[in-house]
Order: sequence, then structure tokens, then C-alpha cells
Amino acid sequence: MWIEILLFGLLLITAVTIVSLNDLFAAAMLSGIFSLLCASLFTLMDAVDVAFTEAAVGAGISTVLMIGALALTGSRECQQPTRLGPFVVVLLTGAMLIYGTLDMPAYGDPAAPIHHHVAPEYIAGTSAEFGIPNIVTAVLASYRGFDTLGETAVIFTAGVGVMALLLGRRKRQDEVQVEPSEGDHKGENP
Amino acid sequence: MRMREKVLLRVASKAFIPLILLFALYVQFHGDFGPGGGFQAGVIFAAGFVLFGLIFGLEALQQVVPWSVVERAVALGLLVYGGVGVSCILRGGRFLDYGALDHHSPMHGQHLGILIIELGVGLTVAATLLAIFYAMAGRGRA
Repeated sequence: MWIEILLFGLLLITAVTIVSLNDLFAAAMLSGIFSLLCASLFTLMDAVDVAFTEAAVGAGISTVLMIGALALTGSRECQQPTRLGPFVVVLLTGAMLIYGTLDMPAYGDPAAPIHHHVAPEYIAGTSAEFGIPNIVTAVLASYRGFDTLGETAVIFTAGVGVMALLLGRRKRQDEVQVEPSEGDHKGENP
Repeated sequence: MRMREKVLLRVASKAFIPLILLFALYVQFHGDFGPGGGFQAGVIFAAGFVLFGLIFGLEALQQVVPWSVVERAVALGLLVYGGVGVSCILRGGRFLDYGALDHHSPMHGQHLGILIIELGVGLTVAATLLAIFYAMAGRGRA
């Protein structure tokens, strides 16, 4: 109980600090810490697979990419005049989200609807049909194989999109300098 | 000052990178028995290479993993995943119905199917993250 309160407190402090900082390098590092705190909370909720992803993606890779982006742009935030409108919108949205959680079933309640839909089938079927102990893997890879195929396609699309956006100009310059003959099969002019 | 920091970073990362890659392989192939799977393994694998690139420079990393490999691996992973689905159809099952991969033991077929599609996911994720890193890190010096 106390460790959850401690972690949520640190999470809140980190979030407020990120918003109030003008130094974007420090904000990027703090967002990595934010992800690590989230990962700790997921571990406490026994969601190790999610915690694993959060720690690797949020605390690891995305911090590196964020710093890479800052190296290309600049590490100071422009001072914007404080406006009341967006703040009110954010406050209202937050209040509505908290209101929405009020009639959710209690955390870990075995009578909650989500535990009575397909979950019993998955729990019983994983060892009977696959003989593997990790139900998350069975759900991801087999029961929801189509979803995971779609997710992989999304990642593929993201990769292709980044290549098309960021590499288009640079590759052509390289090819002009180094190997002009390569330009035929890749050099599509946008 | 800067050179001495670099020495520390080089020595420490040389010790860490093999362990990171080994751990990624463990997460990849032990995903049905412990936490993890293709997605996490791909991210950890890419993180090992990104660390190498941060310490030893982008040119050194591109000698280890050339751009042409990354480019192809992004598509190969998805093709592996889809290919498993199609080979399930060819062996008389439904799309992504791994039980059809082994007619004698559907459970073994499921194991095989999960192992291969996780490999595809890991490949695409690792290659995509490396591609993004290459694209962003290479942009500043173009």
C-alpha cells in the first residue's frame, strides 16, 4: 500500500516538474524516469509483460529518440504567454476521466465483468491447448494472432513512414556523392 | 576530460552490450515461459545496438548493421508473420491457425507457430527502431 502511494507521489512530482521545466533536455530525462516509475507500478500490479515493455520503450528507446530530436532542433522551450482556455479544457477533461472511474469495479475484484467474458476460456485453454505457462503470450500470439499481425503491420508502417520522411533527402545527397549508379531503384522523388 | 569520459564509456559499454544482446535473445525465445516476447526482445535488441551507436559513432554501427540489412529486416519480420499464416492455410488449416502446422500434434504446431511469429515481431520491431535511430542520428550531419 505505502509503496504504491510513494510511487504515485513521485509520478505526480515528475509530471508537474516536466510541465514546469523550460529545459527540454531535463524534461526528456524526466520523462524516462516517469516511464520507469510507471513500469514499477505495473510490476506491483503483476502486469510484468506490460512493465517490461514500458521500461524498454518508455525509459529506454524513446528517451534516446527524444534526445536525438533535441540534438537536431534545440533544447530550450520558447516562452509562451500563459493562456487560461487550454488549462480549463485540460482540467475539465481530467475531472471527467476521474468521474468515469468512479463506477468502475474495484481493482482485482473477481466479480468484475472483464473476468467473466473470454478470460476464463483463455486461462483454461492456455495450458490445455498450448501447454505453455505464459497466458499473455498465448493470448497475444495465438488467440489474438490477427491483432498482433495488425500491430506488427503498424510498426512496419511507422518505420516506412519515418524512412520516407527523414531519409528521402539525405539518401539522395549521399548517392550523388558516393554512388550515383544506386539512384535508380531507390530514388523516388516525392 | 572528454577523452577520459569516452574511455570509461567505451569500457563499460563493451562489457554491457553482449549482456544486453544475450538478454534480448533470452526474452525472445523464452517468451512463452516467462514474461516477454518478440516486442520486448526487439526493443532490447535495438537498445543494445543504439548504445553501441551512441558510444562508438554512427559510422561504426553502420559497419556492424548496414543500412541495407535494416531496411530489409523491417519488411522481413512482417513477411515471416504473414508467411506463417499462409503456410497454415497451405497445410489445410485456417489463417494463423498454428495447430495445422503439425498434424500429429497440434500443441507442437502451436508452439512452433508462436515461436516463429514472435521472431517476426522481434525482427520488425528491432529493425524499425534501428531505422528510426539511423534516420534521426544521421540527419544532423547531412
